[in-house]
Amino acid sequence: MATGTEPSPQPAATGVPTASRAAIAARHLRTDRWWLAPACTAAGLLAFVVYSTWRAFANADYYHAPYVSPFYSPCLAENCHTMRGGPNWEIFGSWWGLSPALLILIFPLGFRLTCYYYRKAYYRGFWASPPACAVAEPHKKYTGETRFPLILQNLHRYFFYFALLVAGVLTYDTVLTFRDEHYQWGHMGLGTLVFLVNIVLIWAYTLSCHSCRHIVGGRLRHFSKHPVRYRLWGWIGKLNARHMLLAWSSLISVALADFYVFLLASGAFADPRFF
Amino acid sequence: MAHVDRQAWDVVVVGAGGAGLRAAIEAREAGMRTAVICKSLFGKAHTVMAEGGIAASMGNANEHDNWQVHFRDTMRGGKFLNHWRMAELHAREAPDRVWELETWGALFDRTPDGRISQRNFGGHEYPRLAHVGDRTGLELIRTLQQKIVSLQQEDEREFGAYDARLKVFQECTVTRVLKDGDRVSGAFCYERESGRFFVLEAPAVVLATGGIGKSFKVTSNSWEYTGDGHALALLAGASLINMEFVQFHPTGMVWPPSVKGILVTESVRGDGGVLRNSDGKRFMFDYVPDVFKEKYAETEDEGDRWYEDPDHNRRPPELLPRDEVARAINAEVKAGRGSPHGGVYLDVSTRMPAEVITRRLPSMHHQFKELADVDITAEPMEVGPTCHYVMGGVDVDPDSAAAIGVPGLFAAGEVAGGMHGSNRLGGNSLSDLLVFGRRAGLHAARYAASMTGRPVADPLQIDTAEAEALRPFSAETGTDTGPDAVRDRAPAENPYTLHQELQQAMNDLVGIIRRESEMYEALKRLADLRVRARRAGVEGHRQYNPGWHLALDLRNMLLVSECVARAALEREESRGGHTRDDHPAMDRGWRNINLVCRLADPQGDSRAADPALGQIRLSRRETPPIRRDLLELFEKDELAKYLTDEELSR
Amino acid sequence: MSEAQAAEQGTGPAGRSGAYQAHFRVWRGEAGAGGLKDFTVEVHEGEVVLDIIHRLQATQAPDLAVRWNCKAGKCGSCSAEINGRPRLMCMTRMSVFDRAETITVTPMRTFPVIRDLVTDVSFNYAKAREIPAFVPPPELAPGEYRMQQEDVGRSQEFRKCIECFLCQDTCHVVRDHEENKAAFAGPRFLMRIAELDMHPLDAAPEAGIDRKTSAQDEHGLGFCNITKCCTEVCPEHIKITDNALIPLKERAADRKYDPLVWLGNKIRRRTE
Repeated sequence: MATGTEPSPQPAATGVPTASRAAIAARHLRTDRWWLAPACTAAGLLAFVVYSTWRAFANADYYHAPYVSPFYSPCLAENCHTMRGGPNWEIFGSWWGLSPALLILIFPLGFRLTCYYYRKAYYRGFWASPPACAVAEPHKKYTGETRFPLILQNLHRYFFYFALLVAGVLTYDTVLTFRDEHYQWGHMGLGTLVFLVNIVLIWAYTLSCHSCRHIVGGRLRHFSKHPVRYRLWGWIGKLNARHMLLAWSSLISVALADFYVFLLASGAFADPRFF
Repeated sequence: MAHVDRQAWDVVVVGAGGAGLRAAIEAREAGMRTAVICKSLFGKAHTVMAEGGIAASMGNANEHDNWQVHFRDTMRGGKFLNHWRMAELHAREAPDRVWELETWGALFDRTPDGRISQRNFGGHEYPRLAHVGDRTGLELIRTLQQKIVSLQQEDEREFGAYDARLKVFQECTVTRVLKDGDRVSGAFCYERESGRFFVLEAPAVVLATGGIGKSFKVTSNSWEYTGDGHALALLAGASLINMEFVQFHPTGMVWPPSVKGILVTESVRGDGGVLRNSDGKRFMFDYVPDVFKEKYAETEDEGDRWYEDPDHNRRPPELLPRDEVARAINAEVKAGRGSPHGGVYLDVSTRMPAEVITRRLPSMHHQFKELADVDITAEPMEVGPTCHYVMGGVDVDPDSAAAIGVPGLFAAGEVAGGMHGSNRLGGNSLSDLLVFGRRAGLHAARYAASMTGRPVADPLQIDTAEAEALRPFSAETGTDTGPDAVRDRAPAENPYTLHQELQQAMNDLVGIIRRESEMYEALKRLADLRVRARRAGVEGHRQYNPGWHLALDLRNMLLVSECVARAALEREESRGGHTRDDHPAMDRGWRNINLVCRLADPQGDSRAADPALGQIRLSRRETPPIRRDLLELFEKDELAKYLTDEELSR
Repeated sequence: MSEAQAAEQGTGPAGRSGAYQAHFRVWRGEAGAGGLKDFTVEVHEGEVVLDIIHRLQATQAPDLAVRWNCKAGKCGSCSAEINGRPRLMCMTRMSVFDRAETITVTPMRTFPVIRDLVTDVSFNYAKAREIPAFVPPPELAPGEYRMQQEDVGRSQEFRKCIECFLCQDTCHVVRDHEENKAAFAGPRFLMRIAELDMHPLDAAPEAGIDRKTSAQDEHGLGFCNITKCCTEVCPEHIKITDNALIPLKERAADRKYDPLVWLGNKIRRRTE
């Protein structure tokens, strides 16, 4: 190396042990509990997938006036539960026989699936690529996001646009929770609080998105020429630093909001009323 | 041994710090095929450690600033011992050197109107230091590195090879400058990785190797600072000047031992940090010298008010020049009022809220947290003086940076002498690198281009250099039971032990405060070490062998240490980075005297030198009188403090 | 030197420094051959791993090869793997380990080993050369550059990089797949592209260089699956993934996957 900077030719091989590298047989030498983080991530995501699959296919117990489960909002099929003033628009006609949740969940699912944080989480947790830093991955070949299907991760920003719409609808739902079961305004129950917390977290997660940060200001070259966008970029940057935290807390809050509606709709619990 | 690989270049630059890279860029842009050779990886040079900034009178922060003011500050800082022509060139050209960095991609901190921001620093009349937070040196080295890469990309487009006209030989060391008659003919080098020897033949060699700090035990310098360029110049027949002037920075870390000597930036004191001894006393009030009495606060209250209202109060004595503070700390520790680890306390924790400390001094907060497990927002730091910079160096022509007496040899940066006089101002080092790095590169290129008939590397010199470099391996076998064992009975010496003893001797005997008897003692110990260093032996083979590398560097450190000790013994006054306990006053008669070090026997090796006389011969030389228009920049009263009556009346 | 510091302990505050014997395993060898070698070595209070390596050099293994320089976390020379994690040896304090713990030190495993803890990092220097340099705006003379602090802030963060190459070492794209080295520049140099693309005065677009697209097409940005190990190991705490790689991916997406932006650019012929 001293006299040149051309890399020496390498024999074709994969994994850490390559002929010219330090001869260490172990795939890693980490002594800490490196597997804990990916294991927790995988368990958490798996739990959510199981729960949400059950709830999405259930096609029941998702509305209890004035609360609509975020999994079913907006409700776009004819077979939707009637919600007065609620987000049910029969864009899809009577031919749709499955759960209306499936129509809309595509979008938040796509948003989260292509999210820069969740990508890290499931690449590490499920695909072990890599399982943890400096721990060898089990795959022979790796092409990352250079080809189909993973190159589609670049479409994250479109899902972000949809996620904005969905967040808008969920905000509308939250406003509607200030009505009571007879659709009279001036109500607030424990459910209202649950919905409020959820919508704040949903917005925080959505706005903290890396694509959002880019669109708002990151793509500029001269912040000084766009002071308003620069300030917005700064705020979003602060949120963005907590993207992982927001991803998890909004995931949990949305499941909790749905579960709360389930408890009410199935009659297992009565909504305590504040006023 | 004709098997040693030879390559022909036009200009060889030794060292890849700020000065070396700037020289290489200039030589390459002048059309010369240029080789850079450095001990570390490309981009790791000691320049990265510089924090404060680059001094250049761009006048961005204060429009009254200009090169004349900068020149004046530099001369005052150096106590008028500077070579005035170097100080003049430096002050005139520094702004252009900074601006040109921007065209290579440097990103300095900005003023509100978008220009390069400039900060205040000790000894500079106006805010003058272009900076990037507290990592200016890193920005400088990275910018130069990337400029070199961009030149290589040009060459790749033109010739199909990145290295066609500019090549970096990283992790290689030069052990000898080769000569053809009195002219330079190349450099003898080894590759650290393989131990392989090679020769770079070139009519011009630029030394840009930095300083000598590793000869001292407590230093802010990295392992590379073994005085290689100083020694190479001596061995090639050039001379060194002003070697007695070594700057000790007052505040280095003292604990933990692993980081002893690492710098604690001056801005800690500038921002309100105070020095206390083990009794909790702000001792600096007892150490204000008479000449500064009217400029510094006499009470703590007044000093504290200065931070808010500098116009109506005098500054606290913690902000005295570096040499004064270093001496004061030294005296407190010697008097038994030091901290547990042999320093004093530097405290910001009781002076500012934690939030202000972490905002203003982020890297110091980080440095102490990570390295010493000390939270400077809650407890004081322990600090003590640390060897920081050598003002002395190769005797060069101010305009061309050519070493006097050796055609084809050039020197720039810390390895060159004269520019900073007896004491360097903060921020003047980075600008020095750029100004004189460029000049050295330019004049080396001109010199190489003017050559008719390239000088030839002498095979005999190459053989000698190779034998010298291989000696540490045979030193070990010398202890074996061969026929040679009778001649050389003493066991091989561990180079690490020798280095440690050298550092201890220099630190204790030729440190901040110097005494005649101690320096005699130092010379004696150096003579003894020199004899033992001949038996420095190493184990193993030549491939990336740190013990061998150190054994070879010992020669350079011993040569340079002797220069420092001899010159310090000779100069019977105190001035800037040279303080004599037995001659505490500055003497105007010494101002225009340069002490010049030469090798006693340029042909012989260290074996030939008489232990008592040593290897170095000293001579005195008067500096040329300061040009009249430059003298007129100063008030007569001020000049009278420095110049003799005779000089003034001229 | 470390042994000097070790000696220092003798005269120093012996009362406060609780020296103890630590068990080290250090990889020794050359390309193709070598193994972990056990050492028992003295440790003093306040030391870092590099001090211990230096003590081994001075007392037990004088030819133990190690690369180091500033010893203050500023030059990025002493990169290695300590207990399997890529770190700077000079910034890893011994106090973070349990005294009974065996501390394993190996060279960086992504690069060819030269000897002991020293690796051949020329991969990085080769990649550095492949990134087109800063293009100065032709209309501005030196001294005429005007840039606002907020416009240089992003690139300044990336210029904090000390080139320790730990991010390159930990990145699984090349660590686990030697064959990707040709096509992938690695986090450090993708960050360099981001730095230049965000430089307020870089005239690359005018010179016909599209840094955003070439990041993906020529320097392997698509290989990055943003698993953030580069950010995790960065000793300068640069947010490589969030501030450089993801914005660069978004910028490439602007160019290649966003028809609206593509159309807008076609009409305006400019990025801004």
